[in-house]
Amino acid sequence: MSDVKYSKEHEWIKVEGDVGTIGITQHATEMLGDIVFVELPDVGSSVEKDGNAGVVESTKAASDVYTPISGEVMENNQSIVDDPGKINSDPENEAWFFKLKIKDSSELDSLMNKEEYDKFAKESGK
Amino acid sequence: MEIKKTSLNKLHQENKAKFVEFAGYEMPIQYSLGIIEEHKFTRSNSGIFDVSHMGQLFIYGDDNLINDLEEIFPLDLKNLKINSSKYSFLMNDKAGIYDDLIITKLKEGFLIILNAACKDNDLKILSSLLKDKYKMVLDDQRSLIAIQGPKSVEILNQILKSVTDLNFMSGNWFPYKDQKLYVTRSGYTGEDGFEVSISNELAEVFTKELLDNGAKLIGLGARDTLRLEAGLCLYGHELSTETTPIEANLKWAISKERLNSGGFIGSENVLNQIKDGAKKIRVGIKPEGRLIAREKTIIYNENEKVIGEVTSGTFGPSVNGPIAMGFIDQEFSKKETKILLEVRGKKYPANICGLPFYKKSYVKGVN
Repeated sequence: MSDVKYSKEHEWIKVEGDVGTIGITQHATEMLGDIVFVELPDVGSSVEKDGNAGVVESTKAASDVYTPISGEVMENNQSIVDDPGKINSDPENEAWFFKLKIKDSSELDSLMNKEEYDKFAKESGK
Repeated sequence: MEIKKTSLNKLHQENKAKFVEFAGYEMPIQYSLGIIEEHKFTRSNSGIFDVSHMGQLFIYGDDNLINDLEEIFPLDLKNLKINSSKYSFLMNDKAGIYDDLIITKLKEGFLIILNAACKDNDLKILSSLLKDKYKMVLDDQRSLIAIQGPKSVEILNQILKSVTDLNFMSGNWFPYKDQKLYVTRSGYTGEDGFEVSISNELAEVFTKELLDNGAKLIGLGARDTLRLEAGLCLYGHELSTETTPIEANLKWAISKERLNSGGFIGSENVLNQIKDGAKKIRVGIKPEGRLIAREKTIIYNENEKVIGEVTSGTFGPSVNGPIAMGFIDQEFSKKETKILLEVRGKKYPANICGLPFYKKSYVKGVN
């Protein structure tokens, strides 16, 4: 059983047991444009909820990636480092950014479900 | 101040443009294709760029005007043929650059294409330098449409017969509907192409004809990646009043005759820098790997001493890698010199390289 939640910074997290897989949303990629560079947090590093956890760069600009919840990075997705264009073509599946061991699952409560996020994205972004 | 719109604004909307404000105008940064595909389409086919925000300054006058303009611009305008164009710049008396421009000699005077953000100031400076002796019109009743890329010549020739006859950096008037368009064979993408000066009321119908013939609208985002791959300067990035043409590596744009005689605004500093060398100079930079070094990135030598700064940096879609330009201390400006770029607090390796990053392998035309 898995559950996907969304942050106001346009990241998604798919939760399976105590492991969270994190990426950026389709809406985020549409705002960013063509992504040409990505930097991911190192495996073994600890990331704090709403703290920096990487960078994406489009042809236009660099943007920080934030982690929606705290934890220890278990794995990062080298395939998007080698081919950042994947993030535009399949942001919410194949182009996940990193997986972390969830530190405190109660942090998930502050995140939005799909319906809430879609409404938020529609109102917040052009 | 209310944002200004070009006469193609509605067409941009219909083509799902994403807009940004640029120099007081609402301009398309990209359309639904996205910057990379728009860039590649221009390189392989034909891209249409709305550059109507740029200034079209007509100055009317005779030989006196030519003499007066030669005191301003480092060009041999006396020997410039009618309908020929030159890339040049408007300088202050220290040779700092107010604007870079394209000047074309017309029968009745000159047409100067100016950057959008600079055009009002340019007009003020030029009016004052020319002491209001000549009629000057910064024409906002005309749009400017660039058509760039290898298929542009055959597409434009469908609409304006014999446009194929134009040589690079030359222009002419062409009839269209009941009016006349001024077309030059020029552009700022590193591709063969044209810039068309057309009345605002005909701009949309003309652009639709280009679209019907297979060209596509391309936004300012791809215009920037195209010009950077072509190693061309952009005002406000490579060029400013703090930079001279010699520092910007634009000596080629100064007419040979004027390099000896001087006598143009800024000539003292230009000639001194040619003689003694400039302290800093514009170079191409190729970061290793995929790292993108944006404008203002600090450049270090291998001993971590600051030696310069990046002025433009992006991902080059045709080069398929990151590219940048910047200014660097002359002694480190040789090709293949290893440098370091500081991005997000870390230093990454890069190399000085020649410009342009992307060079067209021209195919000989049918005529």
